[in-house]
Amino acid sequence: MKTLSENIKSGIDYASLSRKNRSRDIIFASLGIIVLFIAITTLVALFLDLAVRGAPRLTDPDFYTSFPSRRPLDAGILSAWVGTIMVMLVTAVIAVPLGIAAGLYLEEYAGKNWLTDVIEVNVSNLAGVPSIVYGLLALGLFVQTFGMGETVLVAGLVLSLLILPIIIVSTREAIRSIPNELREAAYGLGANQWQTMAMYIIPAAKPGIITGAIVGLSRAIGETAPIITIGALSFIAFLPQSPVSGDFPFISFEWLNSGFTVMPIQMFGWVSRPQADFQITAAAAGVVLIVMTLMMNALAIYIRYRARK
Amino acid sequence: MNGMSKFQTTVQDDSEKPMRKASEHLDHWYLEPDSPTRARVSNLKFWYGDGTQAIDDVSMPLIDKKVTALIGPSGCGKSTFLRCFNRMHDLYPGVRYSGEINLLPEDEDLINLDPNIVRMRVGMVFQKPNPFPKSIYENVIAGLRIRGITKRSLLDEIVEDSLSKAALWDEVKDRLHQPALSMSGGQQQRLCIARALAVEPEILLLDEPTSALDPIATAKVEDLINKLAGDVTVLIVTHNMQQAARISDYTAYMYLGKLIEYNKTNDLFTAPRCQRTEDYITGRFG
Ligand SMILES: Nc1ncnc2c1ncn2[C@@H]1O[C@H](COP(=O)(O)OP(=O)(O)O)[C@@H](O)[C@H]1O
Ligand SMILES: [Mg+2]
Repeated sequence: MKTLSENIKSGIDYASLSRKNRSRDIIFASLGIIVLFIAITTLVALFLDLAVRGAPRLTDPDFYTSFPSRRPLDAGILSAWVGTIMVMLVTAVIAVPLGIAAGLYLEEYAGKNWLTDVIEVNVSNLAGVPSIVYGLLALGLFVQTFGMGETVLVAGLVLSLLILPIIIVSTREAIRSIPNELREAAYGLGANQWQTMAMYIIPAAKPGIITGAIVGLSRAIGETAPIITIGALSFIAFLPQSPVSGDFPFISFEWLNSGFTVMPIQMFGWVSRPQADFQITAAAAGVVLIVMTLMMNALAIYIRYRARK
Repeated sequence: MNGMSKFQTTVQDDSEKPMRKASEHLDHWYLEPDSPTRARVSNLKFWYGDGTQAIDDVSMPLIDKKVTALIGPSGCGKSTFLRCFNRMHDLYPGVRYSGEINLLPEDEDLINLDPNIVRMRVGMVFQKPNPFPKSIYENVIAGLRIRGITKRSLLDEIVEDSLSKAALWDEVKDRLHQPALSMSGGQQQRLCIARALAVEPEILLLDEPTSALDPIATAKVEDLINKLAGDVTVLIVTHNMQQAARISDYTAYMYLGKLIEYNKTNDLFTAPRCQRTEDYITGRFG
């Protein structure tokens, strides 16, 4: 008489089982590669298409140093890239410290009660709110109620609101990913909460926090809808006042109240022009915008890589 | 207060007749009359945030500058008990203590002190080596940085001193500024001990400090704990009875959150007074 386990064993064909598992692995791996290939080729094709179409303007140094113009082949992106950098600067200065502080507070300091639960759910949901809704909020609040106008500052504020949830959530995740042992090691030596945070947790979570901030900023750089909503123009033939000057007090914040345009709006403006040549200019602006975004992401990857070493 | 008076009676009784006292809680006590006590646990109970009671009415002394081992089957509350001594539990919400852990001779109940102050005075070494992701040097002086000590010459001196006490100085003196995480597990654990010693703790807690180490590293750490006795009051959790026998002066056997027997290590292992202790140490149970 065979025992139960012998019966089970004799029923298993190890060779065919392993063959079956291996073929499943192969199928899944090939599927993955195909999907990856489709995604990457699409992206590369789009980028190359833009680059080829925009080549005549991309290779012209004047493109980067001239204002927009009614003549498509004279139009440049000077006011757009300067505007983008200024708006991003405002966004970074507002959203990054605020987001990190909020994330830190929620993760480490806030008690666990219904209020923090409500805040937590809302922060996660805010990350999914369509950006145009933020634009409407800013239009109603900053532009109309506060009468701030369509300025660099307002654009920075609305983009800050937009990416704040991203930064908060990624800060919390970065802090949560620090093993508890590290925390207990610090507290065990007599560190208070602030010392534990400042000396051990934040430095260890820094790569994750910075990556989150950059991912948020690179989302902001391409946002068009909220900026259009607050009423930014695509034809700006001047630069905001320089933040530094030769005269006392050397630093000026006048640029915050200046009108502006940014890369995606400039591009959007050109795309909607009837002249065919403006499509070339728009494509070239698109390439510059993509490169700006890629550079920010590359920075995020570099920081993560360096931290892991 | 109640626990304290009981304790004093015990000492007096012991001084006349150095055996145990018949009082209910202190049944399992044995206290050498001439050893000063560093801390006295009286009727300690502890509950986790989820309501689990992990320590049930434990009373025992912690003898000054001796090694006291906590033994008992897994889950009996050894770590929980140990972590009451530096109020580590207070980092988590909803925990509750009752009873006292009095530091002597100052007679301060550390359950009622500021947990931060307690952790400044009571050092801890964890089961898994947990050096900070910084240099060896920075790890040793971490506790001093926390206390705001910045004088370089003093720090250098303490680093050498602590690493020597932890039997690590010769191995690392040429690479003090390399990352602590590049060391072996055994070295990391000795670094954690040096880090704890650098701030001269009044009591040093060790929670199964060798359970993640190989036999050679374990021997080194045991050696080091042996050397510490006489300088520091040590409370160590171990699930390894041979280890308890090798390194400790006093042993407490815990079971299901209760203290079953507390005695001089030698006496507890050779002549246990409780049947349950005997079953455990002879391997019939646990
Ligand atoms: N964080 C916790 N929350 C609730 N119960 C816990 C927690 N940690 C440990 N316990 C329980 O407390 C008891 C004692 O655990 P522990 O002190 O870790 O035991 P030991 O160190 O002796 O193995 C166990 O029953 C365990 O399940
Ligand atoms: Mg344990």
